[in-house]
Amino acid sequence: MKAAVIVYPGSNCDRDCKVAAETAVNADVKMVWHKETHLSDDLDLIIIPGGFSYGDYLRCGAMASVSPINAEILRHAERGTSILGICNGFQILCEAGLLEGTLLRNNSLKYICKDVMLDVTNNNTRFTKAYGNQTKAMMTVGNGEGNYFADDDTIKLLEDENRIVFKYLENPNGSKGDIAGIINKKGNVLGMMPHPDRAFAKELGSDDGANVFKSLMQL
Amino acid sequence: MKIRVDVKLKNGVLDPQGRAVAHALHTLGFDEVADVRIGKAIELEVNETDKEKAKARAVEMAQKLLANLVIESYTVEVLG
Repeated sequence: MKAAVIVYPGSNCDRDCKVAAETAVNADVKMVWHKETHLSDDLDLIIIPGGFSYGDYLRCGAMASVSPINAEILRHAERGTSILGICNGFQILCEAGLLEGTLLRNNSLKYICKDVMLDVTNNNTRFTKAYGNQTKAMMTVGNGEGNYFADDDTIKLLEDENRIVFKYLENPNGSKGDIAGIINKKGNVLGMMPHPDRAFAKELGSDDGANVFKSLMQL
Repeated sequence: MKIRVDVKLKNGVLDPQGRAVAHALHTLGFDEVADVRIGKAIELEVNETDKEKAKARAVEMAQKLLANLVIESYTVEVLG
């Protein structure tokens, strides 16, 4: 698998994503600076990592969503390349208009860093096939703005189209509908607040996140 | 020319920051405060002499970047 991790000023999970993809599926991972204007056509996966791109100026992910590399991310989304946005990456994909809704400040107003148990609510996506009959997954969240929000019509649309991929068993932050991760209509862009890149080996407390990468090998 | 873009959360969108500030105001004895909503004021200095043109461009900026229309609304005012 050929993968690229986009690095923005303020990204801090970019290395985690690289090591996770290498460890889980032996991927060939390139780090790509956000000022680049080309992403190779033979990429199987583009990862938008967690962190605090541009110091969360204006809104989380807003500045990164208009970085020079963004045009290439949009092009790849259109042509069907798998795109995985984790944490700040999810925020960036929402700001870029590739996923519906947005992420608000946690309802507790606190930065939340802890393990969360997830319901794998759709194991029939290219990112979740490997979960098979496993309906629960443990990963960690680490964010101040993880509170998923969209209007009621959008939430209903996501439900009707079975595009809610992960839900929190115990909602940590006020996310509407307990939503932890959603996929686009075409099924090639996944955004999620919990970190599969911090849960890819037993030594880390959980290897449940590895399945996100393993699923892509079954394409 | 100076332009001011005000961005605020739409009604119905939870504003935890506003809620915390309301609590703090109550602590200070401002019991009449029923609700607080916090937004942003963005001032732009633009190289344009035509007011209408400048305003139209600022609206475009608000829609493309300054506001997230999922949760925020905006108003644009030419300050001159």
